[in-house]
Amino acid sequence: MQLDILMIEDEPNIAEAVRFILSREGWQVDLHADGAGGIEAIMAARPRLVILDLMLPNRSGTEILNDLRAADDADLAATPVLMLTARGQARDDGARADAVLAKPFDNQELRATVRRMLA
Amino acid sequence: MPFEALVGACLAYVALMFGVAYAADRAAARGHVRWLDHPLVYTLSLSVYCSAWTFYGAVGYASRSGLEFATIYLGPTLVFTGAWWGLRRLVRVARMHHVTSVADLISARFGKSNRLAAIVTLIAVIASTPYIALQLQSVRLSFEIFATDAPNGADAGAMGGTALWVAAGLALFTILFGTRNLAADERHHGVVTAIALEAVVKLLAFVALGVFVVWGLADGPGDMLARIARTAADPAVAEGWLLKPDRWTALILVSAAAILTLPRMFQVMVVEAADEERLHVAGWAFPAYLFIMSLFVLPIAVMGRELLPAGSDPDLYVLTLPAAAGQDMLALLVFLGGFSAATSMVVMCAIAVATMVSNHWLVPAWLALRRIPAPDETDDLRGFVLNARRVAILAVVAAGWVYHQASGGTAALAAMGLVAFTGMAQVLPAMLGGLLWRGANRKGAYAGIGTGSVLWMALIFLPSVGVGGDLPVPPGVDPWTAAVALSLTLNTLAFVGVSIFGFPDPVERLQGLSFVSAVEPIRHSRMLRADDRAEPLLAMARRVWGPDAALRYFQAEARAQGKTGYLPDLTPRFLTRLERRLAGSIGSATAHAMIDRVAGGVALTVADLLQVADEAQRAKEETQRLEAAQAELTRTARQLRQANDKLTALSVQKDAFLGQISHELRTPMTSVRAFSEILKDPDLTVEERGKFAGIIHDEAGRLTRLLDDLLDLSVLESGRAQLTISVANLHDLITRALAAASATRPERGFLIDRDLPSEHLGLITDADRLLQVLINVISNARKYCDAAHPVLILRVRHPEGGGAVIDIVDNGSGIDSGRQQLIFEKFARLNDPARAGGAGLGLAICREIMLTLGGDISYLPGQGGAAFRIQLPARPPVPSG
Repeated sequence: MQLDILMIEDEPNIAEAVRFILSREGWQVDLHADGAGGIEAIMAARPRLVILDLMLPNRSGTEILNDLRAADDADLAATPVLMLTARGQARDDGARADAVLAKPFDNQELRATVRRMLA
Repeated sequence: MPFEALVGACLAYVALMFGVAYAADRAAARGHVRWLDHPLVYTLSLSVYCSAWTFYGAVGYASRSGLEFATIYLGPTLVFTGAWWGLRRLVRVARMHHVTSVADLISARFGKSNRLAAIVTLIAVIASTPYIALQLQSVRLSFEIFATDAPNGADAGAMGGTALWVAAGLALFTILFGTRNLAADERHHGVVTAIALEAVVKLLAFVALGVFVVWGLADGPGDMLARIARTAADPAVAEGWLLKPDRWTALILVSAAAILTLPRMFQVMVVEAADEERLHVAGWAFPAYLFIMSLFVLPIAVMGRELLPAGSDPDLYVLTLPAAAGQDMLALLVFLGGFSAATSMVVMCAIAVATMVSNHWLVPAWLALRRIPAPDETDDLRGFVLNARRVAILAVVAAGWVYHQASGGTAALAAMGLVAFTGMAQVLPAMLGGLLWRGANRKGAYAGIGTGSVLWMALIFLPSVGVGGDLPVPPGVDPWTAAVALSLTLNTLAFVGVSIFGFPDPVERLQGLSFVSAVEPIRHSRMLRADDRAEPLLAMARRVWGPDAALRYFQAEARAQGKTGYLPDLTPRFLTRLERRLAGSIGSATAHAMIDRVAGGVALTVADLLQVADEAQRAKEETQRLEAAQAELTRTARQLRQANDKLTALSVQKDAFLGQISHELRTPMTSVRAFSEILKDPDLTVEERGKFAGIIHDEAGRLTRLLDDLLDLSVLESGRAQLTISVANLHDLITRALAAASATRPERGFLIDRDLPSEHLGLITDADRLLQVLINVISNARKYCDAAHPVLILRVRHPEGGGAVIDIVDNGSGIDSGRQQLIFEKFARLNDPARAGGAGLGLAICREIMLTLGGDISYLPGQGGAAFRIQLPARPPVPSG
């Protein structure tokens, strides 16, 4: 069965919170904790949705997103991406993402956004 | 060559010149002056210096006196290369004052005196007439040589006719293209372009002949040099070919003066120059032209002596040599080259001298006779000035022809080039003095020019035409050199001496200031009457420029004053500008006098005199003050720009910093908010509740530390940190720091390597702050040292002059060289995969603390592991303020 959500987030506590919230909704959530290897993880898992932190060690969320969109496999390249950003404003950091959530986020908002994107 | 063919070639050539001049004038009239204004055209027009005298005569000169001919080229070369700045200055000042001739320049400088201009004009006329005759003679002689079957035989009458036809043709050309309009800036594009073309013909002809002589008649340059050496050794020429330093000096001086003062040279170099920038190219290109022209002179002279029958005229070698060799086409080319040289000289000389004659003789005389201008008169001054100029051109050329006929075409003419040079050179002291010395005045100029020209007349000109003898000189002294030295020396002495004791009038002072400082002339106030209006001036300008041009100018001036219509207010500024513009058409003295008549004389009060006497000094001070202000402004602008750059950089830094703070605050806040919301869920297990509450606690602690660090950093950076200075033992501080830091990753067993005796050192410092730094550095080692068996080495050294140096080194993999400088920046650890708890402000705070304590902290590269050096001074700095 296809993985529901792959999350790339280096802050373990945030990753834990997101996973807990979304697991409760019945989605399967896998975690990758580093910018390095992020795109490989997505290619390997081929999830229905990617949750991507903007500021990651070694390779930023923006770069991973660009890698993904440039992938040869058209289905993979079109994977929906939810970008999480801790910058003051989302600005154009997530311009190519399908949705952007600013940290700290409302749990309900997170659930609603993911539900909408998986629908 | 048949006479008719020769005449045909000449006519074709002349037609070409007419066509070129006509096309250039039309292009200029339509405003297409770009290529006409090209510096190369200007440079080529300067070659009007090379008249028939140099074209034919240089070879004759060389065959008689060896290398001495080169002085004629060396003088101008020295002026163009050595006194380039002076030429620029001359052109700038002359353009500024709309000077129309060398006489006008002298007159404008010395109080706009027309009498002075008239005297200079007289010298120019006397010097130019035989010089023009010489050109006509050269054309006639070249015809005689060439035309093998002249009609009616080769009798003198027909040949005199040749000179007459040439003179008439040249006068016609000059009148057609030299007096087309009475523009304010006296430029003749057609004439100048035609002369530039003639320069090319001259050069081509001479170089072609030179190449033929060196490679065709001789056997290449080596053979040529050998032949020259043989000739130089010939006792028949040895005496003439000797180098005579006194003659060389005098000749170089005189030819350098000639390039500045000869009427035709002043015309092409100064009056026809659009601006002084032309001289950039001319500064090297004109000497190059002269150099090429002089290159083959000696070879042609030597070859002529060797190959032509004894008794041949060396002045005509350039023609007879190719003719004797059967090179008819080359001979024709040379003939046309010589024709070019002669005609361009006559045309330019006629324009220049005629401008002087009409501006300084005819127009003032006419104005005096008619007692004009009264405002209501409607006579056409413009027409008169143009006609005066046409008559003058005719007269100048005619005088040359008459002189040629009267002198019988004898060899006496050959010397006339040099005679003209020395005559015009008499103007040089007044010209240079006027440009360089504010004290030079009109009486001095009269005295100098008068003395010099009388001596020139008596010692050089009259002997050259056979009246009176050479200057009686002791044997061994060259009479010509002595005459030149005497006339120029006495000229200069009279000029300087009288100037020193004379007192210049106010107008003269103002002009002197403007000339010497190369600044715009100072406006002088006129005695205006209450009812003075611009109409009479407009009426006057109309008579000089024609109705349309005058109206256009007055409208532009009125608009510049912010008025509608065509009558500007009679401000001093307007009057001065109008006068200078008029001066461009009729000479400064006449323009000055005319405006005086209409607008009242220059006000002359004792107060004005005193003021004018101070004007120079004040203008100078003002200039210096402005320059200082300018420099100050430039400096301020630079400082502002630097401050602005710094602010921009700071602003970028601040934005980045705020972004990072935001990130660092939002990250723990995200966990706190998410988990506190999760905790509200009643279905959680007890373990989950405990775990999530623990996370909230940890993240809240992280937030607190971040805020503490930020506060600490801001206090330290602002310099407001309160230091508690005491005496502390370094050993105790290190021990406490190791104990405190062991709380970081306590599971890791570190081997601590200390050198205890060296640590026992009393320090005068803020012990708590130093402890903070030590704890931070040691904690970092505990966090990041990646060795399996971690070791921490601490070493203390005691530098001379007190204080301490503490090195803290671990055995991990250290820090990449690229990041070693970065680690002391705020949030440097932001993208560190091994981030642990802190916000990345630790080392930034350490650096601020050490700087506050008067010391420093730095990374020590190449120590195996991560290595930090902490430096402390003997005592902390006394807080300032």
